[in-house]
Amino acid sequence: MEKFVIAVLVNNQAGVLTRVSGMFTRRGFNIDSLTVGETEDHKYSRMTITAPGDDRIRHQIIKQLKKMEDVVEVKIMPDYESVKRELALIKIRNKLDSRGEILSAVDIFRGKIIDFSPNTLCVEITGDTAKIDAFITVVRPYGILEMCRTGVVSLQRGCHYLNSELETDEN
Amino acid sequence: MLLHGAEIVVETLIEQGCEVAFGYPGGQILNVYDALYERSDRIHHILTAHEQGAAHAADGYARSTGKVGVVIATSGPGATNLVTGIATAYLDSVPLVAITGNVPNSLIGRDSFQEVDITGVTIPITKHNFIVKNISDLADTIRKAFEIAKSGRPGPVLVDIPKDIQVAVYDYEPQEVVKKREERKPKQNKLIKAAAMIADSERPYIYIGGGSIISGASEEIIALANKIDAPIGSTLMGLSAIPTSEPRFLGMEGMHGQFASSIGQKECDLILAIGARFSDRATGNVAKYAKEAQIIHVDIDRAEIDKNIKSTLGIGGDIKEVLQELLLYVDDKKNPEWMARIEELKAEEKAQLEKNFDVKGLNPYTLIKEVQKHVTVNTPIATDVGQHQMWAAQYCEFAKPRTFITSGGLGTMGFGLGAAIGAAVATKEKTVLFTGDGSFGMNLNELATAVSNNAPVVIIIMNNGVLGMVRQWQTLFFNEHYSQTVLERKTDFVKLAEAFGLKGFRIQTVDELAPVLDEAFKVEGPVLIDCHIDKDEFVLPMLPPGGSFEDIIVHKEVK
Repeated sequence: MEKFVIAVLVNNQAGVLTRVSGMFTRRGFNIDSLTVGETEDHKYSRMTITAPGDDRIRHQIIKQLKKMEDVVEVKIMPDYESVKRELALIKIRNKLDSRGEILSAVDIFRGKIIDFSPNTLCVEITGDTAKIDAFITVVRPYGILEMCRTGVVSLQRGCHYLNSELETDEN
Repeated sequence: MLLHGAEIVVETLIEQGCEVAFGYPGGQILNVYDALYERSDRIHHILTAHEQGAAHAADGYARSTGKVGVVIATSGPGATNLVTGIATAYLDSVPLVAITGNVPNSLIGRDSFQEVDITGVTIPITKHNFIVKNISDLADTIRKAFEIAKSGRPGPVLVDIPKDIQVAVYDYEPQEVVKKREERKPKQNKLIKAAAMIADSERPYIYIGGGSIISGASEEIIALANKIDAPIGSTLMGLSAIPTSEPRFLGMEGMHGQFASSIGQKECDLILAIGARFSDRATGNVAKYAKEAQIIHVDIDRAEIDKNIKSTLGIGGDIKEVLQELLLYVDDKKNPEWMARIEELKAEEKAQLEKNFDVKGLNPYTLIKEVQKHVTVNTPIATDVGQHQMWAAQYCEFAKPRTFITSGGLGTMGFGLGAAIGAAVATKEKTVLFTGDGSFGMNLNELATAVSNNAPVVIIIMNNGVLGMVRQWQTLFFNEHYSQTVLERKTDFVKLAEAFGLKGFRIQTVDELAPVLDEAFKVEGPVLIDCHIDKDEFVLPMLPPGGSFEDIIVHKEVK
């Protein structure tokens, strides 16, 4: 199914995450990933939500989000006019015979080794979702012991800001 | 001036125009009740038998007046007892402010006595809710609750106030009543397009919902219907927006809609939906819904546009304003063939009705028509949920908006008595409640409230000894397996009424109908009429579940 990324500016208040994620559950929408953190203005937090769905679902999600009291701004982040990044930390089995191959994969994918022990090594990798997926495919045979991903964060390219005029994608 | 938080709560309610609050005291809201005690000359509090009744009463108060209803409850069970009432208001877009007490902030999260996370519980059934963590935010939070409750598409807002906030002291200065938020103007290009679609249409149909009442757009709807020569059909929630006597008005459409209204919607080539949300009960099977029609959807809540039904054109904005502007763009037109077809359907509907009810016998139809003789244009008519509700929706005649008080979206059995008390208190009119023995059994404890407040509620129980609506489905779709729908109760409703301190009457034959009603309507204050009807009466027409307007059942024989 088609996926899309939505940026949501919300009031930086307790319970906002519950309200937003609860709306998705209640209306039967799925979330692939959701990240949230403070913005340049401490009054607001910014969420980046990746969700699957067709046109109807996409429009409904935007409209339902806009209706929420704590939501300040909502915008779809299309691929062609936004940058997207995700970060993953991946702990891989560290064995003498595979170490070299892992290190060269990390190098090719421009990752970093950020922890090293006799039995494990930990890789930090940043990029779009596809790149991280690809890296995981490469290192999976060596034994992924543990992993965590941040989910997508996204900004529009150029002089476009989330906190501006409302998008005209509505009635 | 320096006041305790509890006093600030009550002062802010008064400041925001609250004249009557419904509620029930308890440990964590005691301070607010103390503040109410001292201000009883400025704000009237009505004590109910149960918090659910209080929520429904505040809801009935709001529905019958358009004002914001206020309900107050304590923490824990007091707060959770409000939940059904809040959800009822939410589904029908009723402006409500619910104030709940909670344990002190220092005890929150420790599973303290009567502690419940009521803001967490009510997130999905409120427009918004708050828990007040600082006394400095208290008054403004309540003001904001009123603003949210009444702005745009109205709805319930809950404010949870921990005990320590109620006892803290802070400066309070009265402020003006908060205004509704300003709505964005409808877009001109959309109005022009709508006018063009109307001009091209040969069979336009105006489909109104509860939004038309909230927006106060009755006049504009009739003006538009006259201008474009269209019939008007309504959802359950839209009833009373248009006078029943209006010749263009076809009544309710949908699952138990009037025949002409439903078939008109099926045969039209343009649906102008005004403040209606295409609920599944209104549309039947959406895949087969109005296939040949273009749809213009006007709603203040833009999220409703294309939510249930994909529209050809969506116009966001306040309905009254949209229609006022649309009227400037629309040309006069006549659709004689279409209106002739509508007349044909109305004649067919009348013939069906005569076949379905013996107009000389005792049945829901004759009961409603007889009751109708005792009401005025201002009489609020409330219902519970079930067969009696549908009969009331089909056969009651309304003259003014806000005179039909019914739980549409949530379909809350037990809604009626509380709501009727709220409407009676708000309007000071004798209020009629149609209920069933099933629904009435759910919250009949509120008889006590009706009596202690001498609320002029005429309670008419359509008593058939069964859960009629569910039974009707069992007859039609479950091989007459009457699973748990036969109420083998021995409740004597007349004695029950007397036990609660009100007068009770019984109607068992058609001869008793007129004289008993005559006498009952003379009673001041609450009165109960136990009217026996046949358990096998059906609500007709009926769209079978999953069916569309083609599958409409109009007579009982046809299964």
